[in-house]
Amino acid sequence: MIRLAESTEQPPALHDRAMDNLRYIRETMERASAFTAVPGWGQVAIGVTALAATYLAAHQPTARGWLGTWIAEAIISLLIAGWLMDRKARALGAPLLSGPGRKVAFSLSPPMVVGALLTVVLFRSGLTEAIPGMWLLLYGTGVVTGGMFSVNVVPVMGICFMILGAATLFAPAGWSNWLMAAGFGGLHIIFGSIIARKYGG
Amino acid sequence: MAKAQALRREIKKGQTEKQRLRGVHGGAPHSAHEIDRMIHERLRLGIISALAVNDSLTFNELKHTVKTTDGNLSVHARKLEDAGYVNCSKTFEGRTPKTEFSLTTAGRRALERYIDHMEALIGKMRKQ
Repeated sequence: MIRLAESTEQPPALHDRAMDNLRYIRETMERASAFTAVPGWGQVAIGVTALAATYLAAHQPTARGWLGTWIAEAIISLLIAGWLMDRKARALGAPLLSGPGRKVAFSLSPPMVVGALLTVVLFRSGLTEAIPGMWLLLYGTGVVTGGMFSVNVVPVMGICFMILGAATLFAPAGWSNWLMAAGFGGLHIIFGSIIARKYGG
Repeated sequence: MAKAQALRREIKKGQTEKQRLRGVHGGAPHSAHEIDRMIHERLRLGIISALAVNDSLTFNELKHTVKTTDGNLSVHARKLEDAGYVNCSKTFEGRTPKTEFSLTTAGRRALERYIDHMEALIGKMRKQ
């Protein structure tokens, strides 16, 4: 006969349970707010700035000018996304790098860092035409991984970026600026509108 | 028939008495010192918390957020709806039915009261 040992564990203290409940409320709120961590209309705004960058980049006489325009655009987009995420975090009364903010930042940053390093290497080697495809591919990778914590439409957007990036790598060099416009401009505007309409914000 | 009805009445009376003695009930608390059992249950607390940071969530989004099954979510969301804490609207997107939930003012107040209650408990224990 198996004799069960008498439990020596004390029931959890009332305040431990209260703290556990508050933690659960906070975690659920963070998980739920991942749906709009970067609001859809914010992505539309990023898409519009990308279209403006396409126009400016197309009118640059040198490869250095073209690259500088797109790097400036990347910085502007990051600032817009960071500002919107900070606004959201403040509204929830949570630190920026907690919950969804941290997940998105940690998922997006590794491919961004790789992209920055490869940009320097490719530009120095004179392989500037390979940069747009690489940017689209790596950005897509970050969106797919970051999107795993969000609604289904976000990883779908990432996959679209990756497909476009792969196509850009093999397309004629003259098309790359316009394929960048289709990706960073078009895809952001299309998916941003879908997110804004379906998920609010 | 009459005997069965009388028995049911007795059982119900007994349950109500038991709940009264334990300070437990299904709806909103009668006093500020009572825990709102309607949202004290884990899943229902999750539903209310998720809806508090979104204007509305679809059935699938809510299911994904609180990590539960269709059946469980239906049962508990229905209880919250009956208590007046949650609004449920059913529409069609093309031919696909779409169920959307949102938090009512009563639901938001209940969550605020619940958080206050938990914080008060923690504060009280720390003072001791």
